Amino acid sequence: MASSSVHAETLTINMGPQHPATHGVLRVVLDLEGEVVLGARPDLGYLHTGFEKEMEYRTYHQNIVFPPRIEYLATFIEEAAYVLAVEKLLAITAPPRAQTVRVILMELSRIASHLVWLGTSALDLNVTSAFMYCFQDREEILDLFEMVSGQRMMHGYLRLGGLQWDLPEGFAARVRRFVDDLPRRVNLYEALLTDNLIWRKRTEGVGVLTAADALRYGCTGPLLRGAGVDYDVRKAFPYSGYEQYEFDVPLARRGDSFDRYVIRMEEMRQSRRIILQALDRLPDGPVLVDDRKIALPPRSELVRSMEAVIHQFKLVSEGLRPPVGEVYAAVESPRGEKGYYVISDGSNRPARARIRSASFNNLQALPVMVYRGYLSDVIVAIASIDIVLGDVDR
Amino acid sequence: MSAATDLAARVQARVGTVPLDVHEFRGEITLIAPAERIVDVLGAARAVLGEPVVLTDLTAADRYPSEPRFEVVYLLTGYAPPARLRIKARLAGEAPVIASATGLWPGADWLEREVYDLFGIRFDGHPNLTRILMPADWEGYPLRKDFSLTEEPVEFVEHVPKVPSTIIPKSPPRE
Repeated sequence: MASSSVHAETLTINMGPQHPATHGVLRVVLDLEGEVVLGARPDLGYLHTGFEKEMEYRTYHQNIVFPPRIEYLATFIEEAAYVLAVEKLLAITAPPRAQTVRVILMELSRIASHLVWLGTSALDLNVTSAFMYCFQDREEILDLFEMVSGQRMMHGYLRLGGLQWDLPEGFAARVRRFVDDLPRRVNLYEALLTDNLIWRKRTEGVGVLTAADALRYGCTGPLLRGAGVDYDVRKAFPYSGYEQYEFDVPLARRGDSFDRYVIRMEEMRQSRRIILQALDRLPDGPVLVDDRKIALPPRSELVRSMEAVIHQFKLVSEGLRPPVGEVYAAVESPRGEKGYYVISDGSNRPARARIRSASFNNLQALPVMVYRGYLSDVIVAIASIDIVLGDVDR
Repeated sequence: MSAATDLAARVQARVGTVPLDVHEFRGEITLIAPAERIVDVLGAARAVLGEPVVLTDLTAADRYPSEPRFEVVYLLTGYAPPARLRIKARLAGEAPVIASATGLWPGADWLEREVYDLFGIRFDGHPNLTRILMPADWEGYPLRKDFSLTEEPVEFVEHVPKVPSTIIPKSPPRE
Protein backbone atom coordinates (compact mmCIF):
# COMPACT_ATOMS: atom_id res chain seq x y z
CA MET A 1 0.00 0.00 0.00
CA ALA A 2 2.64 2.43 1.08
CA SER A 3 5.08 2.20 -1.81
CA SER A 4 3.54 5.01 -3.90
CA SER A 5 2.88 7.35 -0.98
CA VAL A 6 6.37 6.86 0.47
CA HIS A 7 7.87 7.57 -2.90
CA ALA A 8 5.99 10.86 -3.28
CA GLU A 9 7.13 12.21 0.05
CA THR A 10 9.57 15.11 -0.01
CA LEU A 11 12.20 15.08 2.67
CA THR A 12 13.87 18.32 3.77
CA ILE A 13 17.32 17.99 5.26
CA ASN A 14 20.18 20.23 6.31
CA MET A 15 23.59 19.95 4.74
CA GLY A 16 25.93 21.83 7.00
CA PRO A 17 26.64 24.30 8.46
CA GLN A 18 29.50 22.14 9.76
CA HIS A 19 29.71 19.76 6.86
CA PRO A 20 33.36 19.12 5.94
CA ALA A 21 32.68 19.40 2.23
CA THR A 22 31.37 22.97 2.42
CA HIS A 23 34.88 24.44 2.63
CA GLY A 24 33.94 26.82 5.40
CA VAL A 25 30.64 27.27 7.10
CA LEU A 26 27.74 26.96 4.71
CA ARG A 27 24.30 25.49 5.28
CA VAL A 28 22.29 24.17 2.36
CA VAL A 29 18.67 23.21 2.94
CA LEU A 30 17.87 20.38 0.55
CA ASP A 31 14.48 19.11 -0.54
CA LEU A 32 14.84 15.47 -1.49
CA GLU A 33 12.68 12.94 -3.17
CA GLY A 34 14.55 9.77 -2.37
CA GLU A 35 18.09 10.52 -3.53
CA VAL A 36 17.02 13.18 -6.02
CA VAL A 37 17.40 16.87 -5.18
CA LEU A 38 14.29 18.91 -5.91
CA GLY A 39 15.42 22.12 -4.31
CA ALA A 40 18.46 23.64 -2.64
CA ARG A 41 18.47 26.81 -0.58
CA PRO A 42 21.91 27.98 0.53
CA ASP A 43 21.89 29.77 3.86
CA LEU A 44 24.79 32.17 4.27
CA GLY A 45 26.23 34.60 6.71
CA TYR A 46 27.99 32.30 9.17
CA LEU A 47 31.30 34.00 8.37
CA HIS A 48 29.94 37.51 7.94
CA THR A 49 32.34 39.86 9.70
CA GLY A 50 31.37 43.20 8.20
CA PHE A 51 34.56 43.99 6.30
CA GLU A 52 32.79 46.66 4.28
CA LYS A 53 31.76 48.47 7.46
CA GLU A 54 35.22 48.10 8.98
CA MET A 55 36.83 49.60 5.90
CA GLU A 56 34.79 52.79 6.36
CA TYR A 57 36.49 53.26 9.73
CA ARG A 58 40.08 52.98 8.58
CA THR A 59 42.37 54.96 6.34
CA TYR A 60 43.16 53.85 2.80
CA HIS A 61 46.54 52.48 3.84
CA GLN A 62 45.22 50.67 6.91
CA ASN A 63 42.62 48.92 4.76
CA ILE A 64 45.27 46.98 2.83
CA VAL A 65 45.30 44.39 5.62
CA PHE A 66 41.67 43.38 5.04
CA PRO A 67 41.63 41.99 1.48
CA PRO A 68 43.82 38.90 2.08
CA ARG A 69 41.60 38.00 5.03
CA ILE A 70 38.50 38.09 2.85
CA GLU A 71 39.65 35.70 0.15
CA TYR A 72 42.33 33.82 2.00
CA LEU A 73 43.32 31.44 -0.79
CA ALA A 74 44.32 34.01 -3.40
CA THR A 75 45.83 36.59 -1.12
CA PHE A 76 47.93 38.66 -3.52
CA ILE A 77 45.16 38.84 -6.11
CA GLU A 78 42.84 40.14 -3.45
CA GLU A 79 45.34 42.72 -2.23
CA ALA A 80 45.94 43.87 -5.79
CA ALA A 81 42.22 44.34 -6.41
CA TYR A 82 41.90 46.79 -3.55
CA VAL A 83 45.17 48.56 -4.25
CA LEU A 84 44.31 48.96 -7.94
CA ALA A 85 40.95 50.53 -7.04
CA VAL A 86 42.54 53.14 -4.78
CA GLU A 87 45.31 53.78 -7.30
CA LYS A 88 42.65 54.45 -9.91
CA LEU A 89 41.00 56.87 -7.51
CA LEU A 90 44.34 58.65 -7.00
CA ALA A 91 45.09 58.50 -10.76
CA ILE A 92 48.50 56.91 -10.22
CA THR A 93 50.09 53.75 -11.59
CA ALA A 94 52.76 51.69 -9.94
CA PRO A 95 56.26 51.73 -11.51
CA PRO A 96 56.92 49.02 -14.15
CA ARG A 97 59.00 46.87 -11.82
CA ALA A 98 56.27 46.87 -9.17
CA GLN A 99 53.66 45.94 -11.76
CA THR A 100 55.72 43.02 -13.02
CA VAL A 101 56.35 41.77 -9.49
CA ARG A 102 52.62 42.01 -8.81
CA VAL A 103 51.90 39.89 -11.89
CA ILE A 104 54.34 37.20 -10.68
CA LEU A 105 52.79 37.18 -7.20
CA MET A 106 49.23 37.19 -8.54
CA GLU A 107 49.87 34.24 -10.83
CA LEU A 108 51.60 32.33 -8.03
CA SER A 109 48.50 33.04 -5.94
CA ARG A 110 46.32 31.65 -8.70
CA ILE A 111 48.37 28.44 -8.84
CA ALA A 112 48.26 28.14 -5.04
CA SER A 113 44.51 28.63 -5.00
CA HIS A 114 43.90 26.10 -7.77
CA LEU A 115 46.11 23.61 -5.93
CA VAL A 116 44.04 23.98 -2.77
CA TRP A 117 40.92 23.58 -4.88
CA LEU A 118 42.27 20.46 -6.53
CA GLY A 119 43.43 18.91 -3.28
CA THR A 120 40.26 19.60 -1.32
CA SER A 121 37.82 18.65 -4.07
CA ALA A 122 39.72 15.44 -4.67
CA LEU A 123 39.42 14.86 -0.93
CA ASP A 124 35.66 15.43 -1.16
CA LEU A 125 35.58 12.71 -3.78
CA ASN A 126 37.70 10.41 -1.61
CA VAL A 127 40.98 10.77 -3.50
CA THR A 128 43.01 11.37 -0.37
CA SER A 129 46.51 11.20 -1.85
CA ALA A 130 46.08 14.15 -4.23
CA PHE A 131 45.48 16.40 -1.23
CA MET A 132 48.96 15.75 0.17
CA TYR A 133 50.70 16.35 -3.15
CA CYS A 134 48.81 19.59 -3.78
CA PHE A 135 49.51 21.00 -0.34
CA GLN A 136 53.16 20.14 -0.68
CA ASP A 137 53.35 22.30 -3.81
CA ARG A 138 51.29 25.05 -2.29
CA GLU A 139 53.67 25.06 0.67
CA GLU A 140 56.49 25.95 -1.70
CA ILE A 141 54.47 28.94 -2.97
CA LEU A 142 53.70 30.05 0.58
CA ASP A 143 57.42 29.86 1.35
CA LEU A 144 58.05 32.14 -1.62
CA PHE A 145 55.44 34.56 -0.28
CA GLU A 146 57.06 34.49 3.12
CA MET A 147 60.38 35.24 1.50
CA VAL A 148 58.91 38.33 -0.16
CA SER A 149 56.65 39.73 2.51
CA GLY A 150 57.51 38.00 5.75
CA GLN A 151 54.06 36.42 5.90
CA ARG A 152 52.74 33.25 4.36
CA MET A 153 49.16 34.40 3.88
CA MET A 154 48.24 37.80 5.32
CA HIS A 155 50.94 39.70 3.49
CA GLY A 156 50.13 43.40 3.46
CA TYR A 157 53.01 43.65 0.97
CA LEU A 158 51.34 45.75 -1.70
CA ARG A 159 51.30 49.50 -1.22
CA LEU A 160 49.29 52.24 -2.85
CA GLY A 161 51.58 53.05 -5.75
CA GLY A 162 53.81 49.99 -5.60
CA LEU A 163 55.27 47.53 -3.13
CA GLN A 164 56.52 47.64 0.42
CA TRP A 165 60.07 46.81 -0.62
CA ASP A 166 61.96 45.18 -3.47
CA LEU A 167 62.25 41.44 -4.01
CA PRO A 168 64.76 39.64 -1.81
CA GLU A 169 67.90 38.20 -3.34
CA GLY A 170 67.44 34.77 -4.88
CA PHE A 171 63.67 35.13 -5.23
CA ALA A 172 63.58 35.07 -9.03
CA ALA A 173 65.78 31.98 -9.19
CA ARG A 174 63.61 30.17 -6.69
CA VAL A 175 60.42 31.05 -8.54
CA ARG A 176 62.01 29.80 -11.73
CA ARG A 177 62.94 26.54 -10.05
CA PHE A 178 59.36 26.12 -8.87
CA VAL A 179 57.70 26.86 -12.21
CA ASP A 180 60.22 24.71 -14.07
CA ASP A 181 59.04 21.74 -12.07
CA LEU A 182 55.37 22.67 -12.24
CA PRO A 183 54.44 21.00 -15.57
CA ARG A 184 55.75 17.69 -14.27
CA ARG A 185 53.63 18.04 -11.14
CA VAL A 186 50.48 19.10 -13.03
CA ASN A 187 50.94 16.16 -15.39
CA LEU A 188 51.24 13.93 -12.36
CA TYR A 189 47.92 15.14 -10.96
CA GLU A 190 46.29 14.71 -14.33
CA ALA A 191 47.66 11.21 -14.61
CA LEU A 192 46.14 10.53 -11.21
CA LEU A 193 42.71 11.94 -12.00
CA THR A 194 41.87 12.60 -15.65
CA ASP A 195 41.67 8.98 -16.73
CA ASN A 196 40.54 7.75 -13.37
CA LEU A 197 37.19 6.06 -13.97
CA ILE A 198 35.75 7.05 -10.57
CA TRP A 199 36.83 10.66 -10.96
CA ARG A 200 35.21 10.90 -14.38
CA LYS A 201 31.99 9.19 -13.35
CA ARG A 202 31.63 11.48 -10.38
CA THR A 203 32.30 14.71 -12.31
CA GLU A 204 31.17 14.26 -15.92
CA GLY A 205 27.68 15.61 -16.49
CA VAL A 206 27.44 16.58 -12.81
CA GLY A 207 26.61 20.12 -11.68
CA VAL A 208 25.94 21.32 -15.20
CA LEU A 209 25.56 25.07 -15.61
CA THR A 210 24.66 26.30 -19.08
CA ALA A 211 26.11 29.49 -20.53
CA ALA A 212 22.69 31.19 -20.41
CA ASP A 213 22.25 30.41 -16.71
CA ALA A 214 25.81 31.42 -15.88
CA LEU A 215 25.23 34.81 -17.51
CA ARG A 216 21.86 35.29 -15.86
CA TYR A 217 23.32 34.71 -12.41
CA GLY A 218 26.43 36.78 -13.03
CA CYS A 219 28.77 33.82 -12.62
CA THR A 220 32.38 34.37 -13.65
CA GLY A 221 35.64 32.49 -13.70
CA PRO A 222 35.93 28.76 -14.50
CA LEU A 223 32.17 28.41 -13.98
CA LEU A 224 31.48 30.73 -16.90
CA ARG A 225 34.37 29.62 -19.08
CA GLY A 226 33.45 26.00 -18.48
CA ALA A 227 30.16 26.80 -20.21
CA GLY A 228 32.03 28.26 -23.18
CA VAL A 229 31.76 32.02 -22.55
CA ASP A 230 35.07 33.72 -23.22
CA TYR A 231 35.35 36.28 -20.43
CA ASP A 232 38.49 36.85 -18.45
CA VAL A 233 39.05 40.24 -16.77
CA ARG A 234 42.76 40.01 -17.66
CA LYS A 235 41.81 40.07 -21.36
CA ALA A 236 38.62 42.17 -21.27
CA PHE A 237 39.80 44.95 -18.93
CA PRO A 238 43.58 44.49 -18.62
CA TYR A 239 45.32 45.74 -15.46
CA SER A 240 48.93 45.65 -14.21
CA GLY A 241 50.12 45.29 -17.80
CA TYR A 242 48.40 41.96 -18.56
CA GLU A 243 47.90 43.12 -22.15
CA GLN A 244 51.65 42.67 -22.69
CA TYR A 245 51.68 38.98 -21.81
CA GLU A 246 50.90 36.10 -24.10
CA PHE A 247 48.53 33.57 -22.60
CA ASP A 248 45.43 31.65 -23.55
CA VAL A 249 42.09 31.59 -21.79
CA PRO A 250 41.03 27.93 -21.67
CA LEU A 251 37.39 27.28 -22.55
CA ALA A 252 35.16 24.23 -22.43
CA ARG A 253 31.67 23.49 -23.68
CA ARG A 254 29.58 21.29 -21.43
CA GLY A 255 29.76 23.34 -18.26
CA ASP A 256 29.99 20.32 -15.95
CA SER A 257 32.31 19.72 -13.04
CA PHE A 258 34.80 17.84 -15.19
CA ASP A 259 35.13 20.81 -17.58
CA ARG A 260 35.86 23.12 -14.68
CA TYR A 261 38.55 20.72 -13.52
CA VAL A 262 40.12 20.69 -17.01
CA ILE A 263 40.04 24.49 -17.15
CA ARG A 264 41.71 24.95 -13.78
CA MET A 265 44.48 22.52 -14.67
CA GLU A 266 45.12 24.40 -17.89
CA GLU A 267 45.01 27.75 -16.08
CA MET A 268 47.90 26.61 -13.90
CA ARG A 269 49.96 26.00 -17.04
CA GLN A 270 48.96 29.39 -18.43
CA SER A 271 49.91 31.07 -15.15
CA ARG A 272 53.31 29.44 -15.48
CA ARG A 273 53.63 30.93 -18.96
CA ILE A 274 52.86 34.40 -17.61
CA ILE A 275 55.32 34.01 -14.72
CA LEU A 276 58.12 32.97 -17.08
CA GLN A 277 57.47 35.98 -19.32
CA ALA A 278 57.37 38.27 -16.29
CA LEU A 279 60.66 36.89 -14.95
CA ASP A 280 62.29 37.42 -18.33
CA ARG A 281 61.25 41.03 -18.61
CA LEU A 282 61.46 42.04 -14.92
CA PRO A 283 62.72 45.62 -15.31
CA ASP A 284 65.03 47.42 -12.91
CA GLY A 285 63.95 50.55 -11.15
CA PRO A 286 61.92 51.74 -8.19
CA VAL A 287 59.07 49.68 -6.73
CA LEU A 288 57.12 52.58 -5.26
CA VAL A 289 55.88 55.85 -6.74
CA ASP A 290 57.98 58.89 -5.98
CA ASP A 291 55.12 60.95 -4.60
CA ARG A 292 55.49 61.98 -0.96
CA LYS A 293 51.76 62.65 -0.64
CA ILE A 294 51.05 58.96 -1.36
CA ALA A 295 54.05 56.81 -0.47
CA LEU A 296 56.17 56.95 2.66
CA PRO A 297 59.61 58.52 2.13
CA PRO A 298 62.56 56.10 2.25
CA ARG A 299 64.31 55.75 5.62
CA SER A 300 67.51 57.30 4.33
CA GLU A 301 65.69 60.56 3.62
CA LEU A 302 64.24 60.85 7.10
CA VAL A 303 67.59 61.57 8.71
CA ARG A 304 68.43 64.32 6.24
CA SER A 305 65.25 66.10 5.32
CA MET A 306 62.75 67.85 7.60
CA GLU A 307 60.26 67.82 4.74
CA ALA A 308 60.45 64.04 4.53
CA VAL A 309 59.74 63.81 8.27
CA ILE A 310 56.67 66.03 7.85
CA HIS A 311 55.41 63.89 4.97
CA GLN A 312 55.97 60.75 6.98
CA PHE A 313 54.12 62.26 9.94
CA LYS A 314 51.17 63.40 7.81
CA LEU A 315 50.83 60.05 6.06
CA VAL A 316 51.00 58.04 9.26
CA SER A 317 48.92 60.29 11.51
CA GLU A 318 46.30 61.32 8.98
CA GLY A 319 46.66 59.25 5.82
CA LEU A 320 46.14 60.35 2.25
CA ARG A 321 43.05 62.09 1.01
CA PRO A 322 42.01 61.17 -2.53
CA PRO A 323 39.75 63.44 -4.59
CA VAL A 324 35.98 63.10 -4.39
CA GLY A 325 34.81 60.38 -6.77
CA GLU A 326 34.08 56.72 -7.19
CA VAL A 327 35.87 53.93 -9.01
CA TYR A 328 35.50 50.23 -9.66
CA ALA A 329 38.55 48.11 -10.30
CA ALA A 330 38.33 44.40 -10.99
CA VAL A 331 40.82 41.57 -11.27
CA GLU A 332 40.50 37.98 -12.42
CA SER A 333 40.66 35.93 -9.26
CA PRO A 334 40.81 32.11 -9.40
CA ARG A 335 37.06 32.21 -8.79
CA GLY A 336 36.15 34.91 -11.29
CA GLU A 337 35.71 38.62 -11.32
CA LYS A 338 36.75 40.22 -8.05
CA GLY A 339 36.15 43.94 -7.81
CA TYR A 340 36.39 46.78 -5.35
CA TYR A 341 34.04 49.71 -5.71
CA VAL A 342 35.39 52.59 -3.65
CA ILE A 343 33.59 55.88 -3.04
CA SER A 344 35.65 58.74 -1.74
CA ASP A 345 34.16 61.80 -0.06
CA GLY A 346 37.57 63.49 -0.06
CA SER A 347 38.43 62.52 3.50
CA ASN A 348 41.12 60.10 4.69
CA ARG A 349 38.69 57.16 4.87
CA PRO A 350 36.58 55.60 2.12
CA ALA A 351 32.94 56.67 2.34
CA ARG A 352 32.05 53.23 1.02
CA ALA A 353 34.14 50.23 0.07
CA ARG A 354 32.12 47.58 -1.70
CA ILE A 355 33.56 44.15 -2.36
CA ARG A 356 32.21 42.49 -5.49
CA SER A 357 32.71 38.88 -4.62
CA ALA A 358 32.96 36.23 -7.31
CA SER A 359 32.03 33.41 -4.92
CA PHE A 360 28.79 35.13 -3.84
CA ASN A 361 27.43 35.27 -7.39
CA ASN A 362 28.77 31.84 -8.27
CA LEU A 363 27.16 30.20 -5.26
CA GLN A 364 23.82 31.68 -6.26
CA ALA A 365 23.76 29.30 -9.22
CA LEU A 366 24.05 26.22 -6.95
CA PRO A 367 20.29 25.46 -6.89
CA VAL A 368 20.29 25.41 -10.71
CA MET A 369 23.35 23.16 -10.83
CA VAL A 370 22.04 20.51 -8.45
CA TYR A 371 18.39 20.47 -9.54
CA ARG A 372 17.23 16.91 -10.28
CA GLY A 373 20.67 15.55 -9.53
CA TYR A 374 21.62 13.12 -6.77
CA LEU A 375 22.32 14.10 -3.21
CA SER A 376 25.94 12.94 -3.43
CA ASP A 377 26.43 15.18 -6.46
CA VAL A 378 25.67 18.28 -4.38
CA ILE A 379 29.11 17.76 -2.81
CA VAL A 380 30.70 17.63 -6.24
CA ALA A 381 28.84 20.74 -7.39
CA ILE A 382 29.88 22.75 -4.33
CA ALA A 383 33.46 21.60 -4.73
CA SER A 384 33.51 22.51 -8.42
CA ILE A 385 32.27 26.06 -7.77
CA ASP A 386 35.38 26.54 -5.62
CA ILE A 387 33.77 28.83 -3.08
CA VAL A 388 35.64 30.67 -0.39
CA LEU A 389 33.09 31.27 2.32
CA GLY A 390 35.04 34.20 3.71
CA ASP A 391 34.56 35.82 0.34
CA VAL A 392 30.87 34.91 0.14
CA ASP A 393 30.00 36.30 3.56
CA ARG A 394 32.60 39.06 3.82
CA MET B 1 32.80 62.11 -28.29
CA SER B 2 34.48 59.35 -26.36
CA ALA B 3 33.23 55.77 -26.49
CA ALA B 4 31.95 56.11 -22.93
CA THR B 5 29.89 59.27 -23.49
CA ASP B 6 28.63 57.77 -26.73
CA LEU B 7 27.28 54.85 -24.71
CA ALA B 8 25.47 57.27 -22.40
CA ALA B 9 23.99 59.13 -25.38
CA ARG B 10 22.65 55.90 -26.86
CA VAL B 11 21.01 54.93 -23.56
CA GLN B 12 19.48 58.42 -23.42
CA ALA B 13 18.14 58.04 -26.97
CA ARG B 14 16.41 54.79 -25.98
CA VAL B 15 14.72 56.04 -22.84
CA GLY B 16 13.50 59.25 -24.52
CA THR B 17 12.23 61.78 -22.03
CA VAL B 18 13.55 60.10 -18.86
CA PRO B 19 16.14 62.54 -17.54
CA LEU B 20 19.58 60.94 -17.15
CA ASP B 21 22.44 62.68 -15.40
CA VAL B 22 25.79 61.63 -16.91
CA HIS B 23 29.04 61.72 -14.95
CA GLU B 24 32.49 60.63 -16.01
CA PHE B 25 35.33 60.03 -13.58
CA ARG B 26 38.60 58.20 -14.34
CA GLY B 27 37.10 56.92 -17.58
CA GLU B 28 34.13 55.31 -15.82
CA ILE B 29 30.69 56.43 -16.84
CA THR B 30 27.85 56.80 -14.34
CA LEU B 31 24.24 57.50 -15.20
CA ILE B 32 21.95 58.81 -12.49
CA ALA B 33 18.41 57.79 -13.33
CA PRO B 34 15.11 58.57 -11.63
CA ALA B 35 14.32 55.74 -9.21
CA GLU B 36 10.75 55.22 -10.46
CA ARG B 37 12.03 54.47 -14.00
CA ILE B 38 15.03 52.34 -13.04
CA VAL B 39 13.85 49.13 -14.71
CA ASP B 40 13.29 50.94 -18.03
CA VAL B 41 16.75 52.50 -17.85
CA LEU B 42 18.39 49.16 -17.00
CA GLY B 43 16.55 47.53 -19.89
CA ALA B 44 17.69 50.28 -22.26
CA ALA B 45 21.28 49.98 -21.06
CA ARG B 46 21.10 46.24 -21.55
CA ALA B 47 19.96 46.71 -25.15
CA VAL B 48 22.66 49.29 -25.85
CA LEU B 49 25.55 47.23 -24.46
CA GLY B 50 24.64 44.29 -26.70
CA GLU B 51 24.19 40.72 -25.40
CA PRO B 52 25.56 39.21 -23.29
CA VAL B 53 25.10 41.86 -20.62
CA VAL B 54 25.69 40.83 -17.05
CA LEU B 55 24.65 42.49 -13.82
CA THR B 56 28.13 42.40 -12.34
CA ASP B 57 27.22 44.15 -9.14
CA LEU B 58 24.29 45.68 -7.36
CA THR B 59 24.91 47.60 -4.19
CA ALA B 60 24.01 50.75 -2.34
CA ALA B 61 25.64 53.68 -0.62
CA ASP B 62 24.45 55.81 2.27
CA ARG B 63 25.04 59.55 1.88
CA TYR B 64 23.75 60.41 5.33
CA PRO B 65 23.02 63.16 6.36
CA SER B 66 22.42 64.54 2.84
CA GLU B 67 19.14 63.92 1.02
CA PRO B 68 18.20 61.97 -1.05
CA ARG B 69 20.01 59.70 1.32
CA PHE B 70 20.49 56.38 -0.47
CA GLU B 71 22.00 55.48 -3.80
CA VAL B 72 21.31 52.09 -5.36
CA VAL B 73 24.17 51.29 -7.70
CA TYR B 74 23.98 48.86 -10.64
CA LEU B 75 27.13 47.88 -12.47
CA LEU B 76 26.53 46.39 -15.90
CA THR B 77 29.20 44.68 -17.97
CA GLY B 78 28.87 43.96 -21.66
CA TYR B 79 31.15 41.07 -22.63
CA ALA B 80 31.41 41.64 -26.37
CA PRO B 81 32.82 44.23 -26.81
CA PRO B 82 33.96 44.71 -23.20
CA ALA B 83 32.20 47.74 -21.74
CA ARG B 84 31.05 48.83 -18.32
CA LEU B 85 28.25 51.13 -17.33
CA ARG B 86 27.23 52.20 -13.84
CA ILE B 87 23.65 53.22 -13.21
CA LYS B 88 22.48 54.83 -10.02
CA ALA B 89 19.15 55.74 -8.54
CA ARG B 90 18.71 57.98 -5.52
CA LEU B 91 16.18 57.28 -2.81
CA ALA B 92 14.93 59.36 0.10
CA GLY B 93 15.90 58.26 3.61
CA GLU B 94 12.31 57.61 4.74
CA ALA B 95 11.14 54.06 3.83
CA PRO B 96 13.35 53.64 0.73
CA VAL B 97 11.88 51.37 -1.93
CA ILE B 98 12.81 50.67 -5.56
CA ALA B 99 11.67 48.22 -8.24
CA SER B 100 13.47 44.88 -8.29
CA ALA B 101 15.80 44.00 -11.16
CA THR B 102 15.19 40.25 -10.73
CA GLY B 103 12.97 40.30 -13.83
CA LEU B 104 15.94 41.35 -15.94
CA TRP B 105 18.62 39.27 -14.19
CA PRO B 106 17.72 36.44 -11.78
CA GLY B 107 21.17 37.03 -10.29
CA ALA B 108 19.88 40.27 -8.77
CA ASP B 109 18.07 38.10 -6.20
CA TRP B 110 20.84 37.70 -3.64
CA LEU B 111 22.39 41.07 -4.37
CA GLU B 112 19.11 42.81 -3.59
CA ARG B 113 18.67 40.73 -0.46
CA GLU B 114 22.11 41.85 0.64
CA VAL B 115 21.25 45.51 0.07
CA TYR B 116 17.99 45.04 1.98
CA ASP B 117 19.86 43.27 4.77
CA LEU B 118 22.58 45.87 5.19
CA PHE B 119 20.86 49.11 4.14
CA GLY B 120 17.15 48.46 4.68
CA ILE B 121 16.21 49.39 1.13
CA ARG B 122 13.16 47.42 -0.05
CA PHE B 123 12.89 45.99 -3.56
CA ASP B 124 9.41 45.95 -5.00
CA GLY B 125 8.64 42.69 -6.80
CA HIS B 126 11.48 40.69 -5.23
CA PRO B 127 10.47 37.03 -4.79
CA ASN B 128 11.95 36.52 -1.32
CA LEU B 129 13.18 39.69 0.35
CA THR B 130 14.71 38.41 3.59
CA ARG B 131 17.99 38.94 5.37
CA ILE B 132 20.88 37.03 3.85
CA LEU B 133 24.10 37.77 5.75
CA MET B 134 22.87 38.97 9.13
CA PRO B 135 20.80 36.75 11.46
CA ALA B 136 17.08 36.81 10.68
CA ASP B 137 16.25 38.47 14.00
CA TRP B 138 18.88 41.21 13.73
CA GLU B 139 17.66 44.73 14.39
CA GLY B 140 18.90 47.63 12.31
CA TYR B 141 20.81 47.91 9.07
CA PRO B 142 24.58 47.69 9.66
CA LEU B 143 25.90 49.57 6.63
CA ARG B 144 23.84 52.67 7.33
CA LYS B 145 26.01 55.54 8.47
CA ASP B 146 23.95 56.07 11.61
CA PHE B 147 24.51 52.44 12.68
CA SER B 148 27.57 52.80 14.86
CA LEU B 149 30.33 50.24 14.72
CA THR B 150 30.59 48.76 18.18
CA GLU B 151 31.14 45.24 19.37
CA GLU B 152 28.03 43.21 20.11
CA PRO B 153 27.41 43.34 23.88
CA VAL B 154 27.78 40.03 25.73
CA GLU B 155 26.58 39.31 29.23
CA PHE B 156 29.92 39.05 30.97
CA VAL B 157 30.64 40.89 34.17
CA GLU B 158 32.31 44.25 33.52
CA HIS B 159 32.33 43.74 29.78
CA VAL B 160 32.50 47.01 27.90
CA PRO B 161 31.72 46.76 24.15
CA LYS B 162 34.71 47.77 22.08
CA VAL B 163 34.53 50.67 19.66
CA PRO B 164 36.85 51.02 16.65
CA SER B 165 40.19 52.66 17.16
CA THR B 166 40.21 56.44 16.80
CA ILE B 167 43.98 56.75 16.74
CA ILE B 168 43.60 58.16 13.23
CA PRO B 169 40.45 60.30 13.32
CA LYS B 170 38.41 60.97 10.23
CA SER B 171 39.72 64.04 8.48
CA PRO B 172 37.66 66.75 6.84
CA PRO B 173 37.52 66.51 3.04
CA ARG B 174 40.47 68.16 1.37
CA GLU B 175 40.08 71.56 -0.20
